[in-house]
Amino acid sequence: MAQAAERYTNTAILLHWLVAILIICGFCLGVTMVNIPGLTPTKLKYFSWHKWIGVTVLGLACLRLLWRLSHPAPPHPAGMSDWNIKAANAMHVLLYILIFAVPVSGYFYSLAAGVPVVYLGLFPLPVLIERNDELKPILKLVHYCLNVTLLAAVILHVLGALKHHFIDQDGIFKRMMPGK
Amino acid sequence: MQLFSSVSRSLPRRLQLGMAVAAACIALPALAAVLKVDAAKSNVGIVFKQLNVPVDAKFKKFNAAIDYDAAKPEASKATVDIDVASFDLGDPEYNKEVAKKEWFNAAQFPKASFVSTGMKAGANGRLDVTGRLTIKGKTMDASFPLTVKKEGSIQVFEGSLPIKRLAFNIGEGEWKDTSMVADEVVIKFRVVAAQ
Repeated sequence: MAQAAERYTNTAILLHWLVAILIICGFCLGVTMVNIPGLTPTKLKYFSWHKWIGVTVLGLACLRLLWRLSHPAPPHPAGMSDWNIKAANAMHVLLYILIFAVPVSGYFYSLAAGVPVVYLGLFPLPVLIERNDELKPILKLVHYCLNVTLLAAVILHVLGALKHHFIDQDGIFKRMMPGK
Repeated sequence: MQLFSSVSRSLPRRLQLGMAVAAACIALPALAAVLKVDAAKSNVGIVFKQLNVPVDAKFKKFNAAIDYDAAKPEASKATVDIDVASFDLGDPEYNKEVAKKEWFNAAQFPKASFVSTGMKAGANGRLDVTGRLTIKGKTMDASFPLTVKKEGSIQVFEGSLPIKRLAFNIGEGEWKDTSMVADEVVIKFRVVAAQ
């Protein structure tokens, strides 16, 4: 059996871990920044960094989707039950949806709050909607709910990977680990 | 009055009356007209930059009094009084922060104001306005171009005045850092008035 077919491509692996790290950093920043009372320079910095991370994740999400559509994932390990396969597929679809939905909801929330995003402090990004005091609390809630969903999905994703590695011992982790 | 009475003693009554009316008609338009400002259609706001991101904010409560004569702009006057506590960033928590001592100190300095000291006709139908701007207890000279447009029976005065916030001590302590919030802040206003 060709070994290449049993692993993800190096590009897919790189993108996966890059997005994972960025999501973790973005999430931690997000939770920290909203809990800073009042208005401090640190809080403003965290907000900016959080948004830059979000925009980066969105960009990488586009790359990942394009890559996956042109480079199919390796087949599931032999012996995986039907429900197992269905659950895994559903989880991955959900994660793909979320890596788009979460940053997009955040982006529009920021715009509705009247704060455009200047990526890395250098590149003003398109102001797709004007400040909107009615939409702002709605988008805030949407961003919050999507993030809670993402947190749950990531936890399940990690638990699933660990289960396959330690319990099923079907070598699933090796598919997504860098190296040969 | 003296001049007219000495000249007109020799003239018939009707002509005297006509001359008086004519004099009044010539004199009246030279007086600047106090305009009725439509506060609902007017707005006063600022644009500032935080971490290079431009943000708009507005003052919801202000009074503008404009005494304007299109024929003699030099005789015109404008005063704008702004209720500092009406500053709106779109978030009540942030609005409260900005009213504090480090920023506007709205408790001690509830009003910001601009009083014009001179208006001159400038290029392209604009007015060059000079005046004194008072914010947080500090008064500085300010000058800026004002455009005046007539739209039917209303007149629209628009202008933008860039200021340096640190000159007015707005943003003290750790907020003096202009890489966080830029020093230059542009005050933008649009005052709509009817005759």
